[in-house]
Amino acid sequence: MWDAEIRGMASAHAIIASSVFMATVMPAVLVEKFSVYGTHLVWLYSVAGSVAVVNIAVYWLLGIGPPTKKNTLSYKVSRLIRSCLYFLFSCLFFHTVVVLYGAPLLESAVETFSLAVLLSTLTTLRCLCILGPNVQAWIRVFSRDGAMSVWDTSLQITTGCSVVGAWLGAFPIPLDWDRPWQVWPISCTLGATIGFLTGLVAAPVWIHWHRKQLTYKIK
Amino acid sequence: MKRLPVLALLVWVCAVFYVGIFLFVGGFLLVRLEVNRTSTCADVLFPGGAEPKGDFCPTEPRFRRVVVLIIDALKSDFARYDPANEAPRPYENKLPVLNEMVSTQPSRARLYTFRADPPTTTMQRIKGFTTGSLPTFIDVGNNFASSAILEDNLVHQLGQMGKRVVFMGDDTWMSLFPKKFHRSLPFPSFNVKDLHTVDNGILQNIYPTMEGGDWDVLIAHFLGVDHCGHRFGPDHPAMAEKLTQMDEVIRAVIGRLGNDTLLVVMGDHGMTDTGDHGGESQKETDAALFLYSPSPLFPNPGSQVEPEVVPQTDLVPTLALLLGIPIPYSSVGQVLLPLFSTAESPTGLSQGEALWINVRQVNRFLETYSSMAKDIPPESLTQLRAEFSRISSEYLKSVQEGKPVSSELQVSMQEYLTSVRETCRASWARFNPLKMAVGLSVLAGACILCYVLSELSSVVVSRGVLKVPVVCGVVVGGVVAVGQLASQGYVEAAWCLGGAALSSEVSFLWRSRRNHPRGRLALARLLAPALLVLLLRCASLLSDSYVVSEGRVVTFLLCTLSLYVPLRLNWDGLLLPPPPSDSQKPPGLVPALTLPPSVVRRESATMLVCVGVLVGSLYLSLSFHNCREEQGACQPSPFLSPLSRVQDSRLRNLHYVLSLASLAAWAYLLHRWLRHYGNLNSPGVTVFAARFLLPLASICTGLHWAVSATPEDSFRNLADLIGLAQVVLPRAAFALLGLGLSLVWLDPLTVFLKERAPLQSRGPSVPPPKYRASTGISPQAELHHLIPQLYQRIRRSLEDGVPGGPEDGGPAVEAYGLGTVYSAPLVLLCGLFGLGLLLLHPEGMALAFLLLLLESGALLHLHACSTTLSSLQRAPSNGFSVPWAPVVLWSLAACQFFHTTGHLPTFPSIQWNAAFVGFPQGHTGTLLPATLVTLNTFSSHILFAVSCPLLLFWPLVCEIRGWKGSRGGEEGEDAVMEMRLRENPQQFSSALLQLMMRYLFVSGVQVFASVCAAAILRRHLMVWKVFAPKLMFEASGFVVSSVSVLVGVSLVMRVDAAVGSLFKKLVPEASR
Repeated sequence: MWDAEIRGMASAHAIIASSVFMATVMPAVLVEKFSVYGTHLVWLYSVAGSVAVVNIAVYWLLGIGPPTKKNTLSYKVSRLIRSCLYFLFSCLFFHTVVVLYGAPLLESAVETFSLAVLLSTLTTLRCLCILGPNVQAWIRVFSRDGAMSVWDTSLQITTGCSVVGAWLGAFPIPLDWDRPWQVWPISCTLGATIGFLTGLVAAPVWIHWHRKQLTYKIK
Repeated sequence: MKRLPVLALLVWVCAVFYVGIFLFVGGFLLVRLEVNRTSTCADVLFPGGAEPKGDFCPTEPRFRRVVVLIIDALKSDFARYDPANEAPRPYENKLPVLNEMVSTQPSRARLYTFRADPPTTTMQRIKGFTTGSLPTFIDVGNNFASSAILEDNLVHQLGQMGKRVVFMGDDTWMSLFPKKFHRSLPFPSFNVKDLHTVDNGILQNIYPTMEGGDWDVLIAHFLGVDHCGHRFGPDHPAMAEKLTQMDEVIRAVIGRLGNDTLLVVMGDHGMTDTGDHGGESQKETDAALFLYSPSPLFPNPGSQVEPEVVPQTDLVPTLALLLGIPIPYSSVGQVLLPLFSTAESPTGLSQGEALWINVRQVNRFLETYSSMAKDIPPESLTQLRAEFSRISSEYLKSVQEGKPVSSELQVSMQEYLTSVRETCRASWARFNPLKMAVGLSVLAGACILCYVLSELSSVVVSRGVLKVPVVCGVVVGGVVAVGQLASQGYVEAAWCLGGAALSSEVSFLWRSRRNHPRGRLALARLLAPALLVLLLRCASLLSDSYVVSEGRVVTFLLCTLSLYVPLRLNWDGLLLPPPPSDSQKPPGLVPALTLPPSVVRRESATMLVCVGVLVGSLYLSLSFHNCREEQGACQPSPFLSPLSRVQDSRLRNLHYVLSLASLAAWAYLLHRWLRHYGNLNSPGVTVFAARFLLPLASICTGLHWAVSATPEDSFRNLADLIGLAQVVLPRAAFALLGLGLSLVWLDPLTVFLKERAPLQSRGPSVPPPKYRASTGISPQAELHHLIPQLYQRIRRSLEDGVPGGPEDGGPAVEAYGLGTVYSAPLVLLCGLFGLGLLLLHPEGMALAFLLLLLESGALLHLHACSTTLSSLQRAPSNGFSVPWAPVVLWSLAACQFFHTTGHLPTFPSIQWNAAFVGFPQGHTGTLLPATLVTLNTFSSHILFAVSCPLLLFWPLVCEIRGWKGSRGGEEGEDAVMEMRLRENPQQFSSALLQLMMRYLFVSGVQVFASVCAAAILRRHLMVWKVFAPKLMFEASGFVVSSVSVLVGVSLVMRVDAAVGSLFKKLVPEASR
């Protein structure tokens, strides 16, 4: 059972990771003069969109998600609306945090917000998919004994990696190398994406490695 | 508590750090004293007037005019011409004019390699080839503030002799020689990417000027080649274009030269293959020098020994003697002999005469310098003196005999000049790698020492560990001194100190290793995230880009660390109350230890608010930063300019009101805090200081700002009053604050004792007295404030062994403010001190200081909340110990506020105005202004270091009342706050020592990192611009903050002693 779950997660992660690559390659065919640095926002939104779509599809198909208490339509709609609201709030939250970290407040606000959208897609959206719109559960997941399934553990790892990646991405900005990727926010978005991909790879490996030690409480 | 051992350990560690810094700086920073004398023509050449014909200036100068074309970064390779080269690179064979002239007119033109001295930066080079001296990193002169050259130099001498000096080109010259030029056309040099502005500006003006005739000396400084190197490197078509343009310029200038005019074309330094310069590699030092005169000047090639390489300093005496002006006083150059006449062609000064004048001048400089400074080794000085007297007597003899100077004498004169130059070079322009290495290792050892001491603080406090290291250090230092005395005849203090420091470190570490073999010093603990942040900070000091944007880097790291604290708590499951289903918990955990959920929620909420305040003030603090020269598009904060300079009156009023409001908020918050903890009740002098001196000083400060902001011409009839007020008000504020500080020191207790019940007398047998502090039970006090009170339980209940409640025996004494007995004087001291430091800053900085107060408060609260929340995990034995995260936060905050108060680690950004607060007429001495400027520069270091012990006290101050008691421990209903420290003196001293060692470690590691940066990158392009100033600021910041740490700790000790004597006084009273 363990191995099956890990294998399923690894394949789900592979699909998500390939969606990132597809989102990088596809616009090159469709959009003229596309490049990751030059038309950065196009790349960013294409990655964010494809990761969002693939995430939702994969988790819906796999049937991973919070147990729903009621199955009525109105309940589902309210959950959907709450999820959208939470996503928006998380974008604003990330935007604020990034500004507090020293991003320019007014100039290039669009770029900063796009970074926030990308970060929300990589972190909050997965929380929404796995845990549902439930902040209590989110806070619970990010504690040492908070994970209740392998999916929770993988969520911990990928979220941490994405945020740390974005954080590390800010490091090269002050350097005087005059590279195109040092422009705000390219290094941060690249860092977040690379961190996310690392997390996708690392999560199954880590869980497999520690499968003996991991014990989950039954929900 | 153990006061003396803790203080002694701290002093010892600080001393070791100082020795390390002293050694390294002594080997790295080369200091030269500026001799502020100038040469004049009337200077007598022969001692005692023995010789009638001894004018310093040649009567008939060889040239009347000179054109100096300085082509920045004209490397010697660029000037060479190789006709055999079929496919020249972009920088080769582009200046054919030089070669043409040299080969076709050998008696009129010469091309030399012109060797510069490091540092090969333009400003230092200009200084070098105008003064003829060897500029070091710090030329200790009269004015630190402006970059103007005060030493005797060519431009000054030319002006003195009435020559009209016309300058055009690089505007660096204008700051170096303000008001020295007859006419000047400066062009902005800052933008390295701009290749043409300066050059085109010169080209538009140089030919009309030359033809106009209103000049004697024309200096044109072209920057295009240098900028091209910086932007594209030498191997780029743009370089070919630029050099070709220079070729045309030289041709055109040669065509316009008159017969009495000398042309000098020179590069000030070379460049590396990437187009950079600043270091001391041969590619950077070797420039080209081309001399041309329309009339025959040089002897035929081959008739004389030609120098292959001309040192840059040699241009100064040569030009001076050719133009008939005195050689600048501090020049150590040597005349270029081929330019002076030999016996065959006697025109102008002969070679022998020129050399003699030169020797005489250099000797005079050497004598003056060695009487002022002691950095030239005495043995070489005596040798040089002997050599000079020999030359002098021989020359006099040959002059009296009327013979020309013999060639042997000429050679020995040249040798003398060379050896003087080399001696000076050795003491001014060379690093001392051995000293640097020893300094580095002493510093590294000191850092390890701090870490070990902080880990072993509890063991260290209980045993005397200091004796052996100190004895060891003294012995080794003495042995080194004796050895030096025996072998060299004199003692060099640096080596004795270095030996002493190293040996005492080693002996301490060896002993502690032997004493504690079990893995108490786990290296894995060094990888804690807080220390990783510190590591990142240290790594950032090794890159010039990060040092340039240091303010932002530190803020970023602070932000990270402060967000990490709640995330970590959440990860440990401590941020939220545990779920109610406790039945599944393993039985190992004691359920009584958990906090009630409501308390956890409240603490978590407080903590999140604190994080918010902290991060918010971090963000706001970014708007107070100043700008470095290297940050191109940056705008300095508008709050940095003094109010009197703000033109718009509405804006000025707004700024003034803002500053005043923050000043008032500063005073109010302090007052409020003290009142909240019941520290304003006693009739003591400290409370007097807090209640009256603080507001009075604030009022003085506010009035002073108002006075100094009034425009000078607005109240003419009140000018005298305003002038008086500018002196009196700040001095009054200083006096009040000084009085307050000394009062706090004199009687630091802010405890108010109130007797409540009649004391009962007992028999003579007095058991050891016991006291305890507890919360008030008087409903009045409860209603008002949170006032902890002291009960002196009557002895009967003690004797009976009955833990008597208050109603049992009746409280003897209530003490207000006992719970914050340690922190209140410290807070008050910092408040007073901060006000004084604020007075030294521009008015707008009041906002930054308020931000500092808020941020440090938020930080302390954050630390207190996280301590409370994580108190479950902590073993009770080291109850007071402060973890790394808050210490690192505290130290980084000190660095952050260094930037937020408008400072930068560069010399031009020092706020010199601070020296004139209260002294608008200037000073007579140097000690007072230096102190004021130091206080201004390191104000944030001082404040954070003095208040560092608060990190230890704050969790106790914020202790949750009622909860600890409900645990059913022996404390009963008491919230004893800081009296806990009193109850565990051993733990108190060890925790205090640990905290201080951690703080010193965090600051010391940063010093170590910047020392490493300076040592490793000593050949880096930016070393004199970025790393060396950073090192200076970091090292002096460390010295200042370590002294402040000692001040803070000794205040705590003082309070502790006072509390001890208070209790001693109370207990006999109660027992009587």
